[in-house]
Amino acid sequence: MSAQAQKITSDARARGVHRLEPVAIRAIMSKDIVMFGRYWKATTFSSVMQPTIYLLAFGLGFGTLVKTIGHVKTIEYIGTGTVATAVLFSSAFPGMFNTFVRWQFQRTYDAMLAAPVDVEELITAEVLWIAIRAGVYGLAPLLVAMAFGLEPNVGMLLVPLIGFVTGFGFAAFGVAIAAVAKTIDNFNYVTSAVLTPMFLVAGTFFPVSALPVGVRTVAQVNPLYHCVQLVRDASLGNLGTADLGHAAVLIAFALLMWRLAISQLGKRLID
Amino acid sequence: MADDPSDRVSEAAISLKGVVKRYGEITAVDGLDLEVPVGVCFGLLGPNGAGKSTTMRMLTAQALSDEGEIAVLGYTLPGESKQARMEMGVVPQLDNLDVELTCRQILTIFARLYRVGGGERKAAVERALKLANLEPRADTIVRELSGGMRRRLLVARGLIHQPRLVLLDEPTVGLDPQVRQELWSLIDGLRVSGVTVLMSTHYIEEAERLADTVAVMSHGKIIAQGTPAELVRAHAGEQVLEVYGTPERLAEVSELAGSNGWSSRRSGPAVAIMRAEELDGQAPEGVRRPANLEDAFVALTGEQIE
Repeated sequence: MSAQAQKITSDARARGVHRLEPVAIRAIMSKDIVMFGRYWKATTFSSVMQPTIYLLAFGLGFGTLVKTIGHVKTIEYIGTGTVATAVLFSSAFPGMFNTFVRWQFQRTYDAMLAAPVDVEELITAEVLWIAIRAGVYGLAPLLVAMAFGLEPNVGMLLVPLIGFVTGFGFAAFGVAIAAVAKTIDNFNYVTSAVLTPMFLVAGTFFPVSALPVGVRTVAQVNPLYHCVQLVRDASLGNLGTADLGHAAVLIAFALLMWRLAISQLGKRLID
Repeated sequence: MADDPSDRVSEAAISLKGVVKRYGEITAVDGLDLEVPVGVCFGLLGPNGAGKSTTMRMLTAQALSDEGEIAVLGYTLPGESKQARMEMGVVPQLDNLDVELTCRQILTIFARLYRVGGGERKAAVERALKLANLEPRADTIVRELSGGMRRRLLVARGLIHQPRLVLLDEPTVGLDPQVRQELWSLIDGLRVSGVTVLMSTHYIEEAERLADTVAVMSHGKIIAQGTPAELVRAHAGEQVLEVYGTPERLAEVSELAGSNGWSSRRSGPAVAIMRAEELDGQAPEGVRRPANLEDAFVALTGEQIE
């Protein structure tokens, strides 16, 4: 090897090229932040409107008939349950659609992978950004519910963190789905067959205990169920040892989906 | 010159040895050997489907070879591809710009991706905008740019970190002649400033004008290599005789060429016979012109180029 080539090699070594470099992840997230500057109004509008509609429909309509759901006031039950749906929708959908559009239509992932960025960094950064957003937007239903009479509680400070972990898992789930989807229309199958039942069978609007035993068992493996329980316990000041289990499930789900997203999309980005 | 030892003194910027890349049943790259010396503008010339774009993708490890060895700037791929990507710039064939962002935003993001430090980033973006002649459009979103401007932005994006090696995949495909000229001067400027350029193209004129060395690629391998002038001399001779006439006459001439072992091809309304300087008195009536790279290319690949 010539002296010049040796110098190049030692320069790169000195620069410390390795996996999951924060500098690469920050660079990709800087793009997400710039893009967010263009559409934050629409995103924020929908994330406030959605819980408001749920609370009006369930809280005012249903709530006049039912004062409590499972020992909890209806407003408290629906208000905390809606946090999980807000987190789900603000993570799974961007996970699926943004990934598919950027990868297949705009080909911007191809552009970034020609730069010193690895698939692992690219996906981690994208999922991280969606998760942060989901954590913040998960607070919107609580704020709306407060306007309807939900009492503030110090435990609510944990909600963005719970939303972040849950959002990370669902964003990565969305990326993995985008990787295997043939067309963007295929997302309809996932939305109607997976996401919709998932957000209903999670104790969001009615307790899982009201469901038949079989469905109740399914709810146990639904990450969103664990998110709902954790958010509710934290927001109502009822945190206990069971919540450690809920947290563990959410963290395991996030890690599993993260690796799955990287392996699935990686196979398709690098041929 | 391919065989001139003076060209091999410096370390190769790119080196491929016996590289094979298959996609299912299709072998896109089939035992490719290629060496690009430092500081040259190297043209990879070949018809569509010859394996040029696949080769380009392998150099950034966006496609992984099934066989063979690849080294870029002294780094072994794919293991050290990230280091190699730090020091090279890539201009893709397909427009993969983020249409919702402005030129400045895109260049700033790529400056970060290429690890241009915070203090230098602004200057790097301004320099790239200037180089691509996009200063007046710095804050225009990509969606509103013309095709030529978008292509210049792609070039600016690939040069944001002042790379020592630039890969250009079909840099002027689909552009009008004036924009093509602009890009050609930009590429020539790179070569003059000492940057190594590997450019794939299926435009003969582009290779002839810009490349110091041209490698002709066909069916996934290099079938000839040299300066454009060397390739012309070796594969088409000095002169070409073009014989015009009725279709019957042309068929006759083709047959005559075949039976005498002359290399010939149909060239629009004429039959072109290579190496016309060697024909002596047997040559049919026709127009003599100097041989060009297109003649050599067609003689080599057997493919017509429009």
